[in-house]
Amino acid sequence: MTLAEAVAPTTSEAGDALVVSHLDVAYRVRGKDRLTLRDVSFRIGAHESFGLVGESGCGKSTTVQAITRYLPRNGSVTGGSITVAGRDLMGMGAEELRRLRSRSVSVVYQEPGRALNPSMRIGRQVAEVFRVLGCDRGESMDRAEEALRRVQIADPARVMGAYPHQLSGGMLQRAVIAMAVAVEPALLVLDEPTTALDATVEAEVLDLVAGLREQVDTAVLFISHNLAVIARMCDRVGVMYAGEIVEGGRARQVFDDPRHPYTVGLLRCVPRRGQRKDHARLDTIPGFLPGPGEVPAGCVFASRCPLADDRCREETPSMGEVAGSHRAACFKPDEAPSIPRSTPEELPVRSGGTSPEPVIRLEHVSKTYTGRGDPVKALVEVDLVLYPGETLGVVGESGCGKTTLARLLLGLTSPDQGSRMTLRGADLAPVAARRSREELRALQIVFQNPDSALNRRHSVRHIVGRVLTKLAGLAGERKERRLVDIVRSVRMEPRHLPMRPAQLSGGLKQRVAIARAFAGEPAVLVCDEPTSALDVSVQAAILNLLVDLQSREQVTYVFISHDLGVVRYLADRIVVLYLGRVMEYGPAESVFAGPHHPYTEALLSAVPTLDGTGRERIRLEGEIPSPAHPPAGCVFHTRCPRRLVDGTCESVEPPLREVSPGKLLRCHLPLEALGRLEPGGGELGGPEPPGRREAPAGGQQGGGGGVPAGEGGLEG
Amino acid sequence: MATTGTGGRAGPEIDGGRRPGGAGSPEVVDPLVTLALPDHELASSGAMAVSAGRIRREQLGLLVRSKTFLAGSAILLFWIVCAVFGGFFRPYNPDAQNLLAINQAPSLTHLFGTDNLGRDVLSRVILGSRQILIVAPCAALLGTVLGSALGLVQGYYRGWVDSTTGRVVDAFLALPIVIIAFLIIVAAGPSVPTLIVVIGFAFGLVISRTVRTAVLQERELDYVAAARLRGEGAAHTMFVEILPNVLGPIIVEFTVRLGYAIFTVATLSFLGFGIQPPTPDWGADIFATYNYLSAGYWWETVFPALAIASLIISINLIGDSVESVIIE
Repeated sequence: MTLAEAVAPTTSEAGDALVVSHLDVAYRVRGKDRLTLRDVSFRIGAHESFGLVGESGCGKSTTVQAITRYLPRNGSVTGGSITVAGRDLMGMGAEELRRLRSRSVSVVYQEPGRALNPSMRIGRQVAEVFRVLGCDRGESMDRAEEALRRVQIADPARVMGAYPHQLSGGMLQRAVIAMAVAVEPALLVLDEPTTALDATVEAEVLDLVAGLREQVDTAVLFISHNLAVIARMCDRVGVMYAGEIVEGGRARQVFDDPRHPYTVGLLRCVPRRGQRKDHARLDTIPGFLPGPGEVPAGCVFASRCPLADDRCREETPSMGEVAGSHRAACFKPDEAPSIPRSTPEELPVRSGGTSPEPVIRLEHVSKTYTGRGDPVKALVEVDLVLYPGETLGVVGESGCGKTTLARLLLGLTSPDQGSRMTLRGADLAPVAARRSREELRALQIVFQNPDSALNRRHSVRHIVGRVLTKLAGLAGERKERRLVDIVRSVRMEPRHLPMRPAQLSGGLKQRVAIARAFAGEPAVLVCDEPTSALDVSVQAAILNLLVDLQSREQVTYVFISHDLGVVRYLADRIVVLYLGRVMEYGPAESVFAGPHHPYTEALLSAVPTLDGTGRERIRLEGEIPSPAHPPAGCVFHTRCPRRLVDGTCESVEPPLREVSPGKLLRCHLPLEALGRLEPGGGELGGPEPPGRREAPAGGQQGGGGGVPAGEGGLEG
Repeated sequence: MATTGTGGRAGPEIDGGRRPGGAGSPEVVDPLVTLALPDHELASSGAMAVSAGRIRREQLGLLVRSKTFLAGSAILLFWIVCAVFGGFFRPYNPDAQNLLAINQAPSLTHLFGTDNLGRDVLSRVILGSRQILIVAPCAALLGTVLGSALGLVQGYYRGWVDSTTGRVVDAFLALPIVIIAFLIIVAAGPSVPTLIVVIGFAFGLVISRTVRTAVLQERELDYVAAARLRGEGAAHTMFVEILPNVLGPIIVEFTVRLGYAIFTVATLSFLGFGIQPPTPDWGADIFATYNYLSAGYWWETVFPALAIASLIISINLIGDSVESVIIE
């Protein structure tokens, strides 16, 4: 049985939008061919949506490049075939290829800002699509406006006259999608189209794409690293690992009942519905992706698989049938769902209790950026208290002031007059340069991007050792011993000490950054999206590490993240920011349980879920207003779906009021009028891990999933 | 076209990927130190097998394999040999005048002919490389050091430090470098050290611009913030943290300036303010002989001119290949 059959609908049709069979792609690097895709086969029927999911380096993007014949100069298809709408892609000449790209295949990439020409108005760029089709100038502009209206841009005339930098990321992505679907292509490729967007905007764009598929007769290839997004958007799915498709089938089947150990592991890495750090550790996938171009004998996943035996290491498994169209390239698909955890579930013992004395207190902290133009209020009158050993989760969309808060705490920017920060009761100097060694020691940070945070010319030894010298005041023998201790405590080895960041994987780099932050034994550690640049399996390991270190060292975390599942897993208390103001602040459980501030409610409902159960989606209208010109009254009223009809919200800024012990809300609405998303406890995050599912929680089924199953002759 | 997007998305995922570190034996981890947790990302692999040394060796290998680099080095090496050992194989004493054999066309006795004083042009071309190969590299090196320091300070402090020093640099650069050099040499009197200092200073101003731009980008990276958060002083941050990361553009700038330094030395010598006669020098020789071009004595001018051109081209070839390897 071939792979092509394995991931294809059981009834293959002549009208398939895309057939990829036995595709091999190699990159030539320093004179050597490195096989990056091996025997990749899948088929997308007309009007069907197919998802490719996998971690970075698995070959998703290479697949897209091969399908559009946009492989870089050193890449080439070394085997197999690609057929688009019945025509062989590999045999096409330049002119035919041009026609194919202009009419039959459209691609939407991750960053709309880079996909559009910054010096051309949107209208002209969209109209260009129609110019290529042969329309005259006037007609092109008319059709461009129509295309923008179709992607639910409320005011297309304004958008057409704007340059890309004047529009938000979500709006730009809509424009790009408008261009992509304008020609009604046979195949629409979406390559991580929402990864660069905020959760609320992502939800809107996904709704839009799902809606467009009803109107436009096009097949969709959806590429994402986000399992939940794929689960929501796709009929069928292929899970890629190290350049191969290891499991495929109907999306529901694959995510509900994964049969390849890699898929099982991947699903377990995501903090699942309502899981918290005091429940259990996250599971991880041991080991590392094989190096590029390395073709291991036997199964590609064998080196990381807990089930691997001699056969797995010698023979390459072919895609075997699990049930109907669901297939997995594994010799033991029946054992896969119950693979043992690779990380024990037990939690580290928490040392010491939490003391009631706050370690950090912020009072009326504001930050106004002045420069050219109007002053921008990035943070307005924020009061926060941090206790030893707790985790404060900071959430909000981009531009809400999360990063400003972090920089103020650390002294990287100075707050406005009248702000007060205290460390263990004593005033804290506003800027780092004026802080004493003890103050500097007390507050450290783990940055989002380890590539930027680690000096690429310095060794691990220098990076961590310098902190020991400067902050811990160690030297010689004692410094050396402490260095080894620290490196081991982030689960690296002394042999990593002489290495430079470029020699380490993304996960290891972030460990070095964590080691550096812990070297001075801080009281408060700010984690600014520490896992958002990492793959889920690496993220799980880093989150486990942070939890372990916290329980041992009694460190307070200020954990900034846009990923509510991760925040929920880690945080004890949560603060929700919008336009620099605290909207909601309280214990994590009560923030997630509700009643919610309308903004929190929107954030929570925007998160796509893996179990696919639909829920009442709250969509925000409009865009985040500019912080330079915040709306009058409640700053959220312009987007609030629950605003009062009497106009109070538009004119009076609500105070932050305590609604239950320790929980503060900034809203005019009475508590009874506010939404509650999850009476039962958990809707966030991933699904139950395979093998330990409870009876499905009674609830809303179907609907929100968006994609009708059985479309396009799927069922056999 | 319907294909919207950047098209050239960061090419193959090859080099950014992770590689297992070969068969590294996982060390026994002290259970007291780490929590009892067999976290498998545990360090037994995950580091790339490539060491920093190997990256550097690979870069060197790329350089040595590039044809432009080889051609450039061959020409440069030729001139260096002439400068160092020219005294042994020059056919005549370059300063020896032979008034009985002036303005002789190239022949077997004088391969490049003789000049208006009867001196052997070939010998003067061979030994003319000496002074210029001392002055130009020293000046370029001095300029690079000065320029890097100035650029680091400007880019690191920004604000008033940057704007005041920047205006001063602007004022100097408003005049052609040759004119600045010319004015200072006239005041100080021509000599090799003056020449080096003057050209080095002028080039330093130009180089500071490039370095400043690189530093401005670099200082926004988080590792600089991390240095502030452990209380590092300005000097440490500039020279230990930032400088190693802007070495690439500095090296490229050095090779480019080296070419310009040769050009400038030759120009100043031609104007009579560089290397002083009777020391053999290409620029000065062109000045001494260009009047005779109209009389048809082309060899006296053309051979030194070709020498200058070949040296500058060799430096530019080397510079180009270094740049392409460093910037990749």
